[in-house]
Amino acid sequence: MSQVNLQIRDDGRLRHFLSIEGLNHGLLKEILDTAESFAGVTQQSVKKVPLLRGKTIVNLFFEASTRTRTTFELAAKRLSADVLNINVDDSSAAKGETLLDTLRNLEAMHVDMFVARHTESGTAHFIARHVQPHVSVINAGDGRHSHPTQAMLDMFTIRREKGDDFGRLSVAIVGDILHSRVARSQIHALNMLNTGEVRVVAPKTLLPIGAESLGVQVHHNLRDGIRDADVIIMLRLQNERMRGALLPSEHEYFNLFGLTEEKLSVAKPDVTVMHPGPINRGVEMDSQVADGPRSVILQQVTYGIAVRMAVMSMAMQQSSVTS
Amino acid sequence: MAERNVKIKIQGGRLIDPANNIDQQTDLFIADGRVAGIASAPDDFRIDQTIDATGLIVIPGLIDLCARTREPGHEHKATIDSECRAAAAAGITTLVCPPDTNPVIDTPAVIELIRHRSKLAGAARILSLGALTRDLDGKHLSEMAALKTAGCVGVSNAGNPLVSTLVARRTFEYAATFGLTVFLCPNDHALADKGCIHEGQISTRLGLPGIPEAAETVAVARDLALIEQTGARAHFCRLTTQRAVRMVARAHYNGAPITADTAIPYLFLTDLDAGGFDPNYHLIPPLRSQTDRDGLRTGLADADLSALCSDHQPHEPDAKLAPFPATEPGISGLDSLLPLALRLVDEQCMQLPDLVARLTCGPASILNIPYGQLAQGATADICIFDPKETWQLNQDNINSRGKNTPFLDWEMTGRVRYTLRDGKLIYTASEKA
Repeated sequence: MSQVNLQIRDDGRLRHFLSIEGLNHGLLKEILDTAESFAGVTQQSVKKVPLLRGKTIVNLFFEASTRTRTTFELAAKRLSADVLNINVDDSSAAKGETLLDTLRNLEAMHVDMFVARHTESGTAHFIARHVQPHVSVINAGDGRHSHPTQAMLDMFTIRREKGDDFGRLSVAIVGDILHSRVARSQIHALNMLNTGEVRVVAPKTLLPIGAESLGVQVHHNLRDGIRDADVIIMLRLQNERMRGALLPSEHEYFNLFGLTEEKLSVAKPDVTVMHPGPINRGVEMDSQVADGPRSVILQQVTYGIAVRMAVMSMAMQQSSVTS
Repeated sequence: MAERNVKIKIQGGRLIDPANNIDQQTDLFIADGRVAGIASAPDDFRIDQTIDATGLIVIPGLIDLCARTREPGHEHKATIDSECRAAAAAGITTLVCPPDTNPVIDTPAVIELIRHRSKLAGAARILSLGALTRDLDGKHLSEMAALKTAGCVGVSNAGNPLVSTLVARRTFEYAATFGLTVFLCPNDHALADKGCIHEGQISTRLGLPGIPEAAETVAVARDLALIEQTGARAHFCRLTTQRAVRMVARAHYNGAPITADTAIPYLFLTDLDAGGFDPNYHLIPPLRSQTDRDGLRTGLADADLSALCSDHQPHEPDAKLAPFPATEPGISGLDSLLPLALRLVDEQCMQLPDLVARLTCGPASILNIPYGQLAQGATADICIFDPKETWQLNQDNINSRGKNTPFLDWEMTGRVRYTLRDGKLIYTASEKA
């Protein structure tokens, strides 16, 4: 039942994509290289390759999503797969059908892949443990645990901006680490790619216990945390954090942890600013930074399609563009 | 009651009766549901049945301080009949049922129903803990005097929160009025929040909401202060942290009228085991760190924890078929209570007689009941087990209706061969399973 066995086939290739943990440096490189080959496809006028023709992919979203779901859908369509979008809101779960029953019903329709998002950590692993042998599972975000395709599109963006050698990079992740599946996956991916320095910047209320054990340097002061950084990743702050006595106000958060042009000046001159979206302008960063020359926020979205094409095709045992 | 008059000789076993400081190879004579003689039979004793206990160990029947039979209210998980029989097969003669049944045990009628059903099962007996507050709502006192008259052995709010420290104080005072022991499951619910795993490196890695150690220690500290003020007699159920054990040890040193126990899983498993999202490791309170596990073992050996229970929570399979946080917590623990406890002796954590004490006279003294010892005239609740027989726990040999346990496929040493309750055989193992 180990995660390694769950995600990787006996021959070392990708079977499910559930979390960065359990993968290895070689597979991450393969995902990035494969995505690179698809990035060209997505810029052609005919944006389709026939790799997954005849395959059926179900986007099974138990939690609202626009960006992630649409880029998964586009990625699947550009691979020529048939795509079904299912949004299971809380009310239909309340009707009593269990997650497993939902899965079994969909499997009975001969699905080849599930792309799943759920509010509970561990859901993707649960689904992967219970699907039939020919079905692959891609984690599109589970609770606070993991969001590995987001992390890989971020790695792809960093590689495009900074080149192949992660060893010379300092990367700072700023914001709500505690509740962030994105941050957890990014940290694992950065460390697996041997990034020189991974820092997290947050007040103690937004850090998990023993954050250092994830392999990061912990900072509570934004200027210290982003000093001489090559890459700064800002995380989204949910409004509800103000209700749970985690933060006093958006105003104070922005004053302390919001990214402005002025604060950005302590980072490397060619620093790259990223954000998984959607941005709260004036909370995580001001518009000058979000729309400024250092920001690659929209490129991240574009690259998301190529990275998701790569992961889907690899998990379906297709690993290169054949068209 | 013809069966009660069956005269039984248990021959040649090693009798361990910690309450009476006995550990010797001897014969035991049973008549009229009681111990009629040790080593030698009383005059005019005509043996009806002889149990050959050569090579076996004879101890008082085990007393399990926390076992949910799921009846009334959750019969799709298990029933009093199924679990009392499973208990008998595990050498357990007395089960204590916490009040969080449905309906909760806050009226004499529910206590009566449980007693009646367990009598019909004819296996282990069940004693009930009454609700500390009405419907376990945490606000209104239950009718404790009536519950006591009906036979409850203590009062508890099980895992349910009390709305305020003031209510806690009042319930302690009211319970103390009738000499009822308050059974506390220490947990600061606000701190525990929606947690489902110990707060530590594993919760951080898995992104699961954590329950901090302080959820337990804050509650223990508060309750100790209230116990001191109210003079209530209290028992801390299922401690899981080293710090809480040390707080209890200090309170013992100061002479506080308290006792405490822990449950089997916390002595063998840690949060690391939950690292693969396997719902069988989902427990509330959660599996803690290795330091905590070691601290609990020390506390048990030193008798600051004077009882060891199964915290039996049988579930139907569906209860564990969901993502980790969405599954129901708890382990089906009756079947593995004795063999896992014996492992503590193998692992040199404590001596066998001390371990037997934690399973027999320890819980009996917490409950203030006359069982758990085998002096002349004592109730003949007896467990006879083979300390050498090895077996593997699997789905098919679990007697409980609940098959939910992380100890599946574990190699167990020690198997119950006979169980007697009130001098009557309630379980006989089939030859060499």
